[in-house]
Amino acid sequence: MIEIKNLTKVYKTKKGEVKGVDNVSLTVKEGEIFGIVGYSGAGKSSLLRCINLLERPTSGSITVDGTDLTSLKGEQLRSSRLKIGMIFQHFYLISQKTVYENISFSLKAANYPKDQVKQRVEELLKMVGLSDKRDVYPSQLSGGQKQRVGIARALANNPKVLLCDEATSALDPTTTKSILNLLKKINKELNITIVLITHEMDVVKEICSRMAIMQDGKVIEDGSVYDIFANPQAALTKEFIESVVTLEIPEVILNGCEGPIVKVTFRGKVAGEGVISDTLQQFNLKGNFLHGSIEYIQELPLGIFIMELKGQKQEIEKALQYIENRAAQVEVLRNGL
Amino acid sequence: MGFDFAHLMELIPDINKAFFQTIYMIAISLVVSTVIGLPVGILLYITDKGLFLENRMVQNILGFVVNMVRSIPFIILLVALLPLTNLLVSTTIGPTAASVSLSVAAIPFFARIVENALREIDKGVIEAAIAAGATPWMIIKDVLLLEARSGIISGVTLTLISLVGFSAMAGTVGGGGIGDLAIRFGYYRYDNTIMISTVLILIILVQVIQLLGDYIAKVVDKR
Repeated sequence: MIEIKNLTKVYKTKKGEVKGVDNVSLTVKEGEIFGIVGYSGAGKSSLLRCINLLERPTSGSITVDGTDLTSLKGEQLRSSRLKIGMIFQHFYLISQKTVYENISFSLKAANYPKDQVKQRVEELLKMVGLSDKRDVYPSQLSGGQKQRVGIARALANNPKVLLCDEATSALDPTTTKSILNLLKKINKELNITIVLITHEMDVVKEICSRMAIMQDGKVIEDGSVYDIFANPQAALTKEFIESVVTLEIPEVILNGCEGPIVKVTFRGKVAGEGVISDTLQQFNLKGNFLHGSIEYIQELPLGIFIMELKGQKQEIEKALQYIENRAAQVEVLRNGL
Repeated sequence: MGFDFAHLMELIPDINKAFFQTIYMIAISLVVSTVIGLPVGILLYITDKGLFLENRMVQNILGFVVNMVRSIPFIILLVALLPLTNLLVSTTIGPTAASVSLSVAAIPFFARIVENALREIDKGVIEAAIAAGATPWMIIKDVLLLEARSGIISGVTLTLISLVGFSAMAGTVGGGGIGDLAIRFGYYRYDNTIMISTVLILIILVQVIQLLGDYIAKVVDKR
């Protein structure tokens, strides 16, 4: 659905040229929710804004639904944008227009038949759950409600793609959750491809199927959210994952352990099976759980356990091999052998 | 010589006439400066760097002309524009003639005020409109003018009050109005009654304009 090829965006500043986006290539498939994660200044916002050409890339190409946007200008570009909705962290509603007028503004841009505007706006308001706020001005709405208006406005012309620029970053956790649910619903029911950028790993874990991590304008890692959570490669990726899945063990506890400490990661259905108890029995070991969690990502369990193993040295080595064969990964955090 | 009430009564017809001349002058100049200054202000804004109709040449030329007119003291502009005034209204004295110079001075003033009011708009709102596929005309009409409406109304108030001051100056070169009266009677004849009365009229006029302007600016603002 979206094909980004060798995209580079250079900004000219007083101190010289800065590469906001540095040779990024990504593909977003139809119907998926794709998350781009990174700290502020990583270039994720520039990348997103290049997708609908709010910023013109310095080089590289962007193809959305088969159309090479980078080759378009003026009127053609404008009409292509009707098929790409966008929502923002600070909503950016027109403060002097009512909710109704804000949404009908988008329809006006698409020359929507005048006699059907009212019906369409009401349909959209119903979808985002704001039918009772039709004639209210944005200043009278809460943050979550403003974002709902933003979503209704972005969806007015039945776009194929919805771009979300930190759409939940200005909202409280409960509101964030409800907006994410709404995005999920839109994705499923209307089959709209969603690209979102965020610095909150929670958001990605909650709704994305695939993701990319950006640093200094480059994509340093990308793939399915599940795989990245299960087996992060880059240091930054690990840091982001630790922000949602913390497996920190107090120093005192660690010092009190004698045997080797291992981290076992179970993927998919395996997480439910009794791999650990089988292992302990078979090799006559004692296991001491220090930490553990099962995360559900895309409705698939991802189990991570940290445990101390006690028993004969040879048996422990065999046990580790055995776990590795049955489960996904075993990582020895501290070798007490 | 203090304030002479009987003398004031005597001159009521003159004051009355001068008052309406002043109103006439500022009304004409306000209409002209709004009609021309508003589009100039919008053009100054949208052709600026990073905006949707960025055009350095238009921006530079327009900015230069605006600054040039604004750098000429009004009293000099008044005299310098006499040939133009003669060409346009076939006379160089009276309120109609004064309106020409007043308008020329007020256009760039108002244009800059409009430009500033537009700068107050969050750029994100404009960007959201671009992302929604809005045409430049839609952005000007439905976003820029609407979002800056309150600021522009405050700008009209400011321009009006400046015009009251400028119109008094126009009196010195035979433009008529309150300023003319104040100079002829109050200054040349040391007529304190007229001096005090005209000053009072100007104070009241400015206060009324400001109150009304603030009220309208507040009522139309939906923020």
